[in-house]
Amino acid sequence: MIKYFFSGVLFGAILVKSEVISWWRIQEMFRLESFHMYGVIGSAVVTGALSVALLKKFRIRTWAGEPIQIPPKKFNKGQIYGGLVFGLGWAITGACPGPLYALIGAGFSVVIVTLLAAIAGTYVYGLLREKLPH
Amino acid sequence: MIQWLRGPWPWYVAGPLIGLTVPLLLVMGNKRFGVSSTLRQICAACLPAKVPFFQYDWKREAWNLFFVAGILAGGWVAGHWLQNPVPVRVAPALVAEMKGYGVQDAGQLIPVSLFNWGALLTLKGWLMTGMGGFLVGFGTRWAGGCTSGHSIMGLSNLQWPSLVATVCFMAGGFFMANVLLPVILKI
Repeated sequence: MIKYFFSGVLFGAILVKSEVISWWRIQEMFRLESFHMYGVIGSAVVTGALSVALLKKFRIRTWAGEPIQIPPKKFNKGQIYGGLVFGLGWAITGACPGPLYALIGAGFSVVIVTLLAAIAGTYVYGLLREKLPH
Repeated sequence: MIQWLRGPWPWYVAGPLIGLTVPLLLVMGNKRFGVSSTLRQICAACLPAKVPFFQYDWKREAWNLFFVAGILAGGWVAGHWLQNPVPVRVAPALVAEMKGYGVQDAGQLIPVSLFNWGALLTLKGWLMTGMGGFLVGFGTRWAGGCTSGHSIMGLSNLQWPSLVATVCFMAGGFFMANVLLPVILKI
């Protein structure tokens, strides 16, 4: 488990140092005022896609010797409705879930409230799940 | 070296490093990169109730709680030991726009005049800090993932539902930033 902790440390530090956790960078992205976020997300996807393709091509196994498996994502309407709702929240708070944790670590203590509100949002989704379109 | 680490990292350094998180977690133990699932994990672990969505064995996925504890620690390391001595540079057009709403404190990573404990007592502060967070948690779970699980992990595995989700994330964000947020900031 400690290896996942240290992967998180690296990821969190990258989020802070690339200013991906900055409210300003998110506002710039949604106003097309800066290329930075598009560059970060775009090059992350290209790197991730190349890596996954190589893992598959060479049938790389995990450290424990298991075959790597990535279950496919199934489409449902939640990806549309939920995606739009998340987008609204992303642009107000300037943070998606990863940056929420990193911001708290970086010393912006009030973001604890945003994280608790996000947990509450997830909980209410769990309560209403059967009634929502999927 | 340390000077270079302290400055803001350019996108062509940060993006590939973020992308490498995907194979790293897969090779370490078949884990799919994703952060918003930890919100569900916390609900399942801390909020006991008879809600079927939270009745599963969260301990089997406990790795992601270690991962986000790491993100918290990584934020602390970068925010304290590698703190950027120079104010955050913001696009002049955005600085001018925000000045119009009385938001003057460009320079920190987030505008502290909008996000602080005292602001929670105001409608605007509560909408931005509380309601915003609620929408993030509600929306990501409904969508089945966030920027990491869909936009990075899903797109890396060429999953078209993740592309649909990503397009909707962006659409919601553009609408909020350009149409709704200006109204909220005027409150």
